[in-house]
Amino acid sequence: METKLLLKAEDGWKKIFEPDQIVRSITRIAHEILENNKGGVDLAIVGVRTRGEFLAERLVGKIKEIENIDIPLGIVDITLYRDDLAHTPEQPIVRGTVLPFNVDHMVIVLVDDVLFTGRTVRAAIDAIIDFGRPRKVQLAVLCDRGHRELPIRADYVGKNISTMRADKIQVLLSERDGEDAIYKKEAKTNNN
Amino acid sequence: MRCKKLFIQGARVVDPSANIDGEFDVLIEDGFIKAVGQQCVFDKRTDINTINASGKILVPGLCDIHTHLREPGFEWKETIQSGCETAISGGFTSLVCMPNTNPIIDNAQVVKFILDKGYEQNLCEIFPLGSISLGELGEQMSPMLELKEAGCVGFSDDGKPVMSALLLRKAMEYSLMLETTLALHEEDKELSNCGSMHEGLHSLKLGLKGIPGAAEDAIIARDIEIARLTGARVHICHLSSKRSVQLVKRAKEDGIKVTAEVTPHNLSFIDSDIGWFNTAFKMNPPLRSIEDREALLEGLVSGIIDCVASDHAPHDSDSKNKEFDQASFGVIGLQTTLPVMMELVRQKHITLKRAIAALTCDARKVFNLPSVKIVAGAKANLTLIDPHLNFTLNDYSNRSKSCNSPFWERSFQGSACLTIVNGQIAFEAAGEVEPQVANYR
Amino acid sequence: MKHCGEKLGQHLLGIAGLSKEQIAYYLDTAETFLEVGTRSVKKVPTLRGKTIVNMFLEDSTRTRTSFEIAGKRLSADTVNISSKGSSMNKGETLIDTAVTLQCMQPDAVVMRHASSGSPHLLASYLTDTAIINAGDGLHEHPTQALLDALTVRKALGRLNDLVVTFVGDAYRSRVFRSDKILLETLGSKVRLIAPPTIAKNEFKDLGVEVFFDMESGLKGSDVVVSLRMKHEYLNDCFVPSLSEYSRRFCITENLLAKYCPDCIVLAPGPFVRGTEISSEVIDGNRSFYTDQVAHGVAVRMAVLYLHTIGKEVSYEV
Repeated sequence: METKLLLKAEDGWKKIFEPDQIVRSITRIAHEILENNKGGVDLAIVGVRTRGEFLAERLVGKIKEIENIDIPLGIVDITLYRDDLAHTPEQPIVRGTVLPFNVDHMVIVLVDDVLFTGRTVRAAIDAIIDFGRPRKVQLAVLCDRGHRELPIRADYVGKNISTMRADKIQVLLSERDGEDAIYKKEAKTNNN
Repeated sequence: MRCKKLFIQGARVVDPSANIDGEFDVLIEDGFIKAVGQQCVFDKRTDINTINASGKILVPGLCDIHTHLREPGFEWKETIQSGCETAISGGFTSLVCMPNTNPIIDNAQVVKFILDKGYEQNLCEIFPLGSISLGELGEQMSPMLELKEAGCVGFSDDGKPVMSALLLRKAMEYSLMLETTLALHEEDKELSNCGSMHEGLHSLKLGLKGIPGAAEDAIIARDIEIARLTGARVHICHLSSKRSVQLVKRAKEDGIKVTAEVTPHNLSFIDSDIGWFNTAFKMNPPLRSIEDREALLEGLVSGIIDCVASDHAPHDSDSKNKEFDQASFGVIGLQTTLPVMMELVRQKHITLKRAIAALTCDARKVFNLPSVKIVAGAKANLTLIDPHLNFTLNDYSNRSKSCNSPFWERSFQGSACLTIVNGQIAFEAAGEVEPQVANYR
Repeated sequence: MKHCGEKLGQHLLGIAGLSKEQIAYYLDTAETFLEVGTRSVKKVPTLRGKTIVNMFLEDSTRTRTSFEIAGKRLSADTVNISSKGSSMNKGETLIDTAVTLQCMQPDAVVMRHASSGSPHLLASYLTDTAIINAGDGLHEHPTQALLDALTVRKALGRLNDLVVTFVGDAYRSRVFRSDKILLETLGSKVRLIAPPTIAKNEFKDLGVEVFFDMESGLKGSDVVVSLRMKHEYLNDCFVPSLSEYSRRFCITENLLAKYCPDCIVLAPGPFVRGTEISSEVIDGNRSFYTDQVAHGVAVRMAVLYLHTIGKEVSYEV
């Protein structure tokens, strides 16, 4: 179904985050979430399709491990809320939003892999708010690479990476890509 | 300048009515054919216009017995002037025009108007048909005697069938006195039931209401029986179905005085050529199946179908650029009829002799029009065909005021390069017959 | 990506010409839109600022409403034009009406028209607008076929290797034509049960199995579709009366239980209870006509969405 990404060193891709670092980041974020939310009362974790979805699953699993509680898991597809639909040459695929719980009064932790311009998060917040009125929305990301275009800030960050605007950051997760890693490609080495 | 004498040198002369097929020179003087001979040595004087016609085919002027000139009443679609120009550039020197003008040709004044206009143009001969019923309403006979005396060569309600069998019987009986022919548009309006194309697989696919072949066949069968009863001479217009060819064949075998015509588009296309609702392919009778098309071609080759007629039916683009079921029926055809026939000849579907007969003598016989022959003493109405001349109907070549043709932009090989009416060059294909034409000796 | 290389055309004029993958693309997208209809706030901002003209030049309630709701759920601005209120009544041609509309720059024109092929005619004049065929004469009704397909796929889990039997006036049914092309494209068989005034020989040439009786026609059917017997025009009737029609062709539970006990039943248009289909069937477990209506909105959302987005040049975001 989904084609796997091939990030080759000769194309300028450099691994900057190893699998064990990802595991540790998730464990830390899980602890921080529990700490900030009084052990997980009214808490729900919502992943942004597609890689945020797997990170959210991992967080829910980790929280279960730590506190032995079941946190509801949701998935949000931001396609319908994108602000660039009119400009995409492709006809994008909608996979749908799944929020199997009542959003009202919940504390929702949005989970995504990379925080960049902030536009995806804006769309995800809009999508969630269409389902009800959460008490609070927090944001967890595996990496924050800066260059925000909207006033958005992450509550939980796995790793801050300093980048140029034109650099590329790619998160790989074993569920989808067969490997856990973060890769970076610097714009100046871009030969294409 | 016009020149009194014309010398056509080295053409293959084909005149089926005189059983001529061979290389001859033809000398034309004062509007008449002065001499036809091999390697003629004429008294070469300076005022003879000599045309080197080697490799070309000289035939009697073509005659189209089914043209809609649209004037009076629909001058934005075609006029007598534009229709005649179209005819001569298609190689036709005579045409029979249909009476469904506005007003209908059902009184002597309209006949006179058309003949006068035609005479003014002095381009080609026009023979009008009068309507069978007054106003083509199918209720009451039109004054056929008055019309005949005014110059009508036959009668037709073309565009519509004569649905009343009783009225048709009376008209046929009356026609005996006038020694004339009734040309019949054969369509049972109830069976065609507002259809807009041939009923078959393709109409089912397109969701368009169909006109079954039986709509034509049933009325032909009826009219043949009325002709048998009355002994009248009838001409069946634009056959489109296989069964109709069989009906005409049987009627001829029975000795009924029946003739028939087929259109070039029915010989060229089938219903699926309509594609995605292309109204340039909408006409009545409609394009039918491949079997129908083959039967029509066979019928023409064997002579069951006497002649080819264009059914030239000009329509402005506003009547055609419409929803398919609301667009007008009909296509133009005067300029593409001969190219279509030449294509069939080249593909060996039909002999040249038979193709020419179907466009000349056999067409004229239907309405007893004055014969046109390539013999000394005959009136010089001639068409010179260049079998290698490329012709494409497009904005540049089209002479009609309308452009509703299914052959639009299709290229043909073989077309009229010179049309001679009354001994004068009425049409000359641009750039093709030079430089010999202008060469005065 | 799953649907890469299966880009859709500018317009949706009919099912004819669509590939298996393109049909799946519509259906998959529609399936995700079903969820929007279950929300308490049934609206997403996706097509905000897009204008959709619903040009219904032939009477229609359910299709027009369905398209209008679909457009509104996607936050598009929808404008309705009907033949009664439009300049078409004043003698303006279809092309002129359409060109006038085009100047107001709608993103999509949804069109219902009594003449077969009219959306094709329009498509040759409107270059910047997506034309969505909402039913043209007797020709096609593509969104109905897509919603029927979505209904069958959700009920039976597949669209291939099915026997789908239509009962009723297929000759004057654009739904039948579109359904038939879709089912054939996806590898299912189509049957027709109707009196011979409707089931003419051409249907066989079209690849449809034709039956004049329910017993043999229903045997082995996976899906039974009830088509409306149009009986409004006396001069164009295919049966002496609807009551006579119902003697032989009414879809009843007895017949279904006996000949195709596992089949599901669809009714794409307005139906006449007790004449075309018995109440027991239409209100029973095999009937999916209410699902069809809900799926109709989702399918139309998918169609509007897929045909109005992504027209401008892309830039990096």
